[in-house]
Amino acid sequence: MGGTHIDGVLIHQGEIMKVTKSPTDPSNMLESILEALKHLLAGQDPSQIERIILSTTICTNAIVENKTDPVGMIIECGPGLANDFLRCGRENIFISGYIDHRGREVSPIDPGEIRHAVEILKKHGISAVAVTGKFSVRNNEHEIKINEMIKDKFSPITLGHTVSGKLNFPRRVFTSYYNSAVYTIFQNFCNNIHRALQKQSINSPVFVLKADGGTMSIKAGEKYPVNTILSGPAASIMGGQAFLKTSKDAVFLDIGGTTTDIAFLADGVPLFEPLGIKIAGFPTLVRALYSVSIGVGGDSKVSVEKQRLVIGPERLDRPKALGGRYPTPTDAMIVLGLMDIGDKKKAAYAMKEIGQILNLSAESAAEKVLDTMADMIKCKVDELLDDINSHPVYTVKELLYGKKVKPQLIQAIGGPAKALAPVLEEKFRIPCIYPKFYKVANAVGAALARTTAEITMFVDTEQKTLSVPEMGLYEKISSAYSLEESKMRALDLIKQQSRLLGAKDDEIEAEILEESSFNMVRGFYTTGKNIRIRAQTKPGLISQLWSEQNVKS
Amino acid sequence: MLKAEHRLGLVFFPAFDWAISPSHPEREERLLYTQDQIFEEGIMDIENIKTYNPELASLKDVQRVHFCVPDVEERVTKSHLISAGGAIKAAHVVMEKEVDKAFALVRPPGHHAQRVVYGDRGFCIINVEAIMLENLRAKYGPLRIAIVDTDCHHGDGTQDIYWNDKNTLFISLHQDGRTLYPGTGFLDEFGGPGAIGYNINVPLPPGTGDEGFLYVLDNLVLPILDEFKPDLVINSAGQDNHYTDPLTNMNFTARGYAELNHRLNPDIAVLEGGYSIEGALPYVNLGIILAMAGLDYSHICEPDFDAKKLKQSPQITDYIKKLCNNVYYRWKQKEQIAQELLKGKDYIKRQRHIYYDTDGIMEYQTQIFKVCKKCSGVSIIESNSDIGMPIFAVTIPYDACQSCVDEGYKTFNEADVQKYYKIYLQDRPNDVYLTKSPDLIS
Repeated sequence: MGGTHIDGVLIHQGEIMKVTKSPTDPSNMLESILEALKHLLAGQDPSQIERIILSTTICTNAIVENKTDPVGMIIECGPGLANDFLRCGRENIFISGYIDHRGREVSPIDPGEIRHAVEILKKHGISAVAVTGKFSVRNNEHEIKINEMIKDKFSPITLGHTVSGKLNFPRRVFTSYYNSAVYTIFQNFCNNIHRALQKQSINSPVFVLKADGGTMSIKAGEKYPVNTILSGPAASIMGGQAFLKTSKDAVFLDIGGTTTDIAFLADGVPLFEPLGIKIAGFPTLVRALYSVSIGVGGDSKVSVEKQRLVIGPERLDRPKALGGRYPTPTDAMIVLGLMDIGDKKKAAYAMKEIGQILNLSAESAAEKVLDTMADMIKCKVDELLDDINSHPVYTVKELLYGKKVKPQLIQAIGGPAKALAPVLEEKFRIPCIYPKFYKVANAVGAALARTTAEITMFVDTEQKTLSVPEMGLYEKISSAYSLEESKMRALDLIKQQSRLLGAKDDEIEAEILEESSFNMVRGFYTTGKNIRIRAQTKPGLISQLWSEQNVKS
Repeated sequence: MLKAEHRLGLVFFPAFDWAISPSHPEREERLLYTQDQIFEEGIMDIENIKTYNPELASLKDVQRVHFCVPDVEERVTKSHLISAGGAIKAAHVVMEKEVDKAFALVRPPGHHAQRVVYGDRGFCIINVEAIMLENLRAKYGPLRIAIVDTDCHHGDGTQDIYWNDKNTLFISLHQDGRTLYPGTGFLDEFGGPGAIGYNINVPLPPGTGDEGFLYVLDNLVLPILDEFKPDLVINSAGQDNHYTDPLTNMNFTARGYAELNHRLNPDIAVLEGGYSIEGALPYVNLGIILAMAGLDYSHICEPDFDAKKLKQSPQITDYIKKLCNNVYYRWKQKEQIAQELLKGKDYIKRQRHIYYDTDGIMEYQTQIFKVCKKCSGVSIIESNSDIGMPIFAVTIPYDACQSCVDEGYKTFNEADVQKYYKIYLQDRPNDVYLTKSPDLIS
């Protein structure tokens, strides 16, 4: 689902059976979804549907439109940065108590403060709460204790350590906040979907797409709706994956009407945001595929400023050929015969208008528009690559021999993809391919995405503790626990977590993303091992659609 | 999100795959908890704080500063080149005005590395700051630089490198050498003939706390910096004055370090020592980062902080006041002192024993500085060690006059290759580094 359109696709045994593209009614998302489903499923036996996957903007829209629930934040920040910037909730209560970097309790929580917090939140009529502590991923005891004290007084309650195992307290605060803020809205949406499907006798499991390009069962989504935010770009990237099997580095472009989204593949696999996406300007720990949007698209306004061609950043109207007021790249594509829509005369007039200022014919002006558009995209891609390739590294080995992303091909999807491909090829000097179904690639991506999960494991053999915050797992281990054992355990746990999120056994491809083991030396003796592991189920597709007839290059 | 007042560049390179030896203080684990703290505080998300990866320092970067025996490749690992390269990167982003200030959180440290390098001493092989500064001078021309070394150990390596350079003011605050490695850093180590007075040592008594350090800063360091008027101020940010450090006996706190950094206001800080990896480093580094970024550091506090226990005794306070008076007086008298010391002398000679504690090597060294009115003067080093490899090294300083350049080349050319393992020439004005050895002749 996008702001303007809802795309749907029906897939049977790796083949696209039916596609649908219809305008969205933002005031009634549910109705729009059901309409699309109705169209896709017309003439199908509902009992034959294996699964339904939704990539929904319900939470994103609620945030943009300021329709989220007020949240009461209970924040244990300990010493460190001044905490004013963490005030993201309607009410923000800072409590005492402090856990250090190893997960040791330095000072306890004060139950009186918690009771006082309850009073304040109740007084303000707040029902949604988030509880987050600094270093709570290293030791969740304080968050659990607070939850025990308040759980029958508020709903929902998001506990910081459950949203991600990564270290980043401000992001944990913001992520917990958003999860509680969109919780009820998403739950209502899910209930409505369930009811509507039941009416149509559809009993197949329903999944929702996450920003990391994987799915989770709608049930898991109800608990952590924050993960559905900004899943749109991920849908497109996964869609691109469906049409392209490569083990090369690549640039992925989703060229739309208003914007172009840029993503990258490293050895064929989509790159992730290092920590998580930004939501409404707040950095979070919501795992997401890397995607950056620039204000250049088929319908961007084209103008000339000081003899220089300017495209975007806004889309002010439709293309001229479709009755709009301003020249656009789409008009240029029509003039050059690369696109067969709208009123060709109007398009020609638009390019003539531009050409006159620049002393060019309409055709040359059109060429210059596409050239400039490709230049702008290339310029941004180069800038992003510079940034990606200078991401911080922490070992000598990585610094000297670390992987650098060097794209060898471009994959483009979206309306203007086909028309722009030759120009992009020329600019980037690498092949640019676009799939046949490039217009609904996002729906294909959502439909075929596998369930994904990630866990962070932290083992401290001196304190004899093992923790996986995302799973709420904190347990005692022996002081002889090894890196190998930890890895085996992590692989086991990530499978367990994936199943919880709705994965079938045969689709789980578990892998260790990061592993490190440090000898802890106190005095002159080794007192333990400090082991850190990150494991995931790889984002990927249930099946691919990369047969010849689906790919054009 | 939070926005820092100053644009701060951070080069954070914990070298998680490098150690001197598995249980050595300078090991993989050293910056692990600092990383945890920095990550958990979300420092990298703060607007105006930008992170950079280190570059690799080049062979020439090292040769500008050191005479490595037998050569750079043999003595210096990639990790050392990265550490120095991290400092260089930090300095470059400041010079290019990409940021206002920069902090290189790199390891291994460097401030015990002297001009001649037979091995590792005080966990240092090459002098990270000196390599950084000489790279800057080679790239950006002459600069007046002040280095304030706040590591608990005397920065004897940096002292040796800048001994005769009056454009580099070196001030070291450290625990009195009578009570701590390396056993140097006294008031009378005052600079070579070309830079008498520009090497300032402040040996502090064990037990010095926040009050004492800040007193020295306000009443000695800042007034001297005001008079010296440097283009750049560098903080050699060792963190072992912390009250939890296992190797030292001081009572400095994380907030004290932050306050010192705030008042000193350095352009570039480079991490040096500091081995209380859990109790101090996470908090001290956070404090320095916040202070440099112009953010509020008043909420930083170690888990076991106890203001009463850390209060400095009145005796120490008195001692430090007298010490500061004494040091400041000598700074003011530096011209007279120079006149007396240099009267009628063409050359000044000093002889030293240098112990490489980490590698267990003893070096026997003679330095001879020419007393020159036009420049800081050509100098030579003749050295030998208990593992052999005697060397002879000539330095033509970057401000050398023509006659010192000529004398430098003449000395290098005339030196008898058969007598030494290797003969070196540092021609700083031309950025040329030559060696000759018996192997090459025969």
